[in-house]
Amino acid sequence: MEHALQLEEMQLVEALRGGDERAFEQLIRMYQTALLRVVQMYVSSRAVAEEVVQETWVAVLNGIDRFEGRSSLKTWIFRIAANRAKTRGEREGRILPFSSLGPPEPAVEGDRFDHGHWASPPTDWPEQRLLGQETQTVIENAIEMLPDTQRAVITLRDVQGWSADEVRNALELSETNQRVLLHRARSKVRRALEEYLGESP
Amino acid sequence: MTQTTEELSCQELVELVTDYLEGALPRDERARFDAHLELCDGCNGYLEQMRVTIELVGRLTPRDVTPEAEAALLGVFRDWKN
Repeated sequence: MEHALQLEEMQLVEALRGGDERAFEQLIRMYQTALLRVVQMYVSSRAVAEEVVQETWVAVLNGIDRFEGRSSLKTWIFRIAANRAKTRGEREGRILPFSSLGPPEPAVEGDRFDHGHWASPPTDWPEQRLLGQETQTVIENAIEMLPDTQRAVITLRDVQGWSADEVRNALELSETNQRVLLHRARSKVRRALEEYLGESP
Repeated sequence: MTQTTEELSCQELVELVTDYLEGALPRDERARFDAHLELCDGCNGYLEQMRVTIELVGRLTPRDVTPEAEAALLGVFRDWKN
């Protein structure tokens, strides 16, 4: 599996080097959303993030001949993006976001419990609605509403399917902080689903 | 369920779900987590909802790149190529 992925990646690199526009389109589709979410952690606005991501692609194209495959293509692209985003954020006078996690955020509202035990336990979700288009929109909106760092972590881990280590490296997070951010993000998405699926159809 | 000081409460358990799923709980804590699950329907339901949530998030297709952004990027590509 891993070998197949690497092969696919090397084919993409070769195609890019040969100026194949479809290979570039494929990369954009794979990574543009995730890149924006990573870059948004460091810079002041969505518009600036879009600029930085565009600069990233320029840097990727200009550097592709020198890409040696010592890291994966994905890791390399996201490292370029994070470095540029950090530089830009510093220039904007942004305080980089990872020094603290902020106050605790309970996964479930306290009033759901009585002396620590479920007063109103979770109820079964209607299976036939889980895969509906509306449910997908609810999830997307919930992710959109998350704080920048939580959004980036859940996007890389659960949407893009990265490992914890890959995310830690790309975002320079400690093991614990990566997990706390993932926990908060997933918990909020679950809550949004519960709110939506708990309503009568 | 009956409760001793050794056992997790439901409110504590929901905060450990990600550590549990990530395999990051120390062994004794994992045992307490499993012991609680054996007896608690509410927490089983909660854990199942978290698993479903993760699965559904994993099914999202990355949001489409806007046509303007795509056009801009393809412009970048064509400039680079020439």
